Amino acid sequence: MTDATMSTGTAPPPATIGRRGPLASLLVHTALIAASIAMLYPLLWMVSASVRPEDEIFSSTSLWPSAVDISSYIRGWFGLDVSFGRFFWNSLVIAVLTVIGNVIACSLAAYAFARLRFAGRNFWFAIMLGTLMIPYHVTLIPQYVLFLDLGWVNTILPLVVPKFLASDAFFIFLMVQFFRGIPRELDEAAMMDGCGPWRIYWKIMLPLSLPVLATAAIFSFIWTWDDFFGPLIYLNDMNTYTIQLGLRTFVDSSSTSDWGGLFAMSTLSLVPVFFFFLFFQRLLIEGIATTGMKR
Amino acid sequence: MAAVQDSTVAVGAGANARPTAQGRLASIWTKHGAGYMFLLPWLVGFFGLTLGPAVASFYLSFTNFDLIRSSEWVGTANYVRIATADPKFAAAIKVTFLYVVLSVPFKLAFALLVAILLNRGIKGLTVYRAIFYLPSLLGGSVAIAVLWRQLFAGDGLINSLLAQFGIEGPSWISHPDYSLWTLVVLSVWQFGSPMIIFLAGLRQIPTDMYEAASLDGASKFRQFYKITLPLLTPVIFFNAVVQTIEAFKAFTPAFIISGGTGGPINSTLFYTLYLYQEAFGNFRMGYASALAWILVLIIGLFTAFSFLTSRYWVHYDD
Repeated sequence: MTDATMSTGTAPPPATIGRRGPLASLLVHTALIAASIAMLYPLLWMVSASVRPEDEIFSSTSLWPSAVDISSYIRGWFGLDVSFGRFFWNSLVIAVLTVIGNVIACSLAAYAFARLRFAGRNFWFAIMLGTLMIPYHVTLIPQYVLFLDLGWVNTILPLVVPKFLASDAFFIFLMVQFFRGIPRELDEAAMMDGCGPWRIYWKIMLPLSLPVLATAAIFSFIWTWDDFFGPLIYLNDMNTYTIQLGLRTFVDSSSTSDWGGLFAMSTLSLVPVFFFFLFFQRLLIEGIATTGMKR
Repeated sequence: MAAVQDSTVAVGAGANARPTAQGRLASIWTKHGAGYMFLLPWLVGFFGLTLGPAVASFYLSFTNFDLIRSSEWVGTANYVRIATADPKFAAAIKVTFLYVVLSVPFKLAFALLVAILLNRGIKGLTVYRAIFYLPSLLGGSVAIAVLWRQLFAGDGLINSLLAQFGIEGPSWISHPDYSLWTLVVLSVWQFGSPMIIFLAGLRQIPTDMYEAASLDGASKFRQFYKITLPLLTPVIFFNAVVQTIEAFKAFTPAFIISGGTGGPINSTLFYTLYLYQEAFGNFRMGYASALAWILVLIIGLFTAFSFLTSRYWVHYDD
């Protein structure tokens, strides 16, 4: 069903449909610029609110603060019993481990599906695709009971260990698509030279697959960083909170008082994602365009 | 160790040796074992974290499991109660369907419109594309939900903007007639991801079709209806299915904006939020398991329905 979006390859240049006068072009640009402003306005307003003097936050719809006051950042950072530094660190640890787990485990499975011949391969591949369809709510409660019995609740283990077991089937699928595009002659030549599957995987497939591995790594990081549901269920002690849980606690504890601090911490929580977006935009957009990732 | 999966090489290497039982076992291993070694983490995960829990969850849905006391088999009581005597379930279904029906078409329409504007070989494509995509990437985070809650508050930014035009806006978030709309607007704001897929789809349409149509004197409007839309139906179909499933599963915005309650008056009680409340608020885990399976059924039925109807409007060029 994804035929049209799946074919990566070299896309033809965008269709310039007929000739357009400067007036039509001006109209299109005006519409796009207006839409861009509407899209960005809420975000810019939040950043601007985070550096405004407290009494000015709601009185102005303009994006330019009359004076820059960063005290909101200091108040927000230390606004809870545990500082936001702790939340950032927890999020970072979970996100980095998730990236490592996803890249290793998913690429191993993808290599088997894409390149090795073994009995039952097609069967398992179909099952793997099937798991993409299942909403996580079905496995949620027994998984919770399992991790509770293992004594893992309130640790990062329930959030990280499944990633080392390739629980994000989506990335397996993404990598299989990429691996299939790598010429088989490379494996065959390596095999003639006496390479086993491990060496082929390690020395040939992985180095040639850096773009898809990077795409998977970046999306892993961003989705984990933004994840709210997993931490909400498994982390109950404030010392183990991720940035998203910390923010939510901040909302609950100070929703009527410290808006400046709230916007400051909200802004900070988006910085890593924005940073990844800025530097890896091309990879992210290609990943979306070729596989139709969710969100 | 060498000749593993490629049968031609394997035959060459093993042709002279007479197959013994042990040798046969070894050759089965070299042929299939490596595949399973690579697949091992996924297999453990599949059985331990997907299949096992799915079976357990199905079983639990027929019990009154509550994590504390020992559970009892209650037969279909959970399902019967869901279907006949649970007003919050009815509310959650209504809210979730409304959200899907309102947010997905608007989101896709915006995505398609902007993709078509961007697909004219205009200058600055990458900049526009990045700007429109950014909200999709940030969308799932608590910060955006917090921001939205402020934007649509009674004294929030939206009402300040409306006031400049002399309109007095309601308190969107705390008014049950409007609260769901704020979530719909948030979802539509994140149209960037389907837009990028539309863009990729539009680029697959051969330009000479438009040139031929132009020569035949077809208007732009006609070209859109006769060429662009039909050729794009597979992508429209794909986006619609993916976005609908995502909308069924939405959670974070409703949780943050309603403070976890789904209020006011259950007007933002998304299905997943109700499931969370039952499982982790009231610890009615057997009941929540039944709710989870009904969600699977709904998504499954919807997907099957989409695929069945798709043959009448989705065109694949063979």
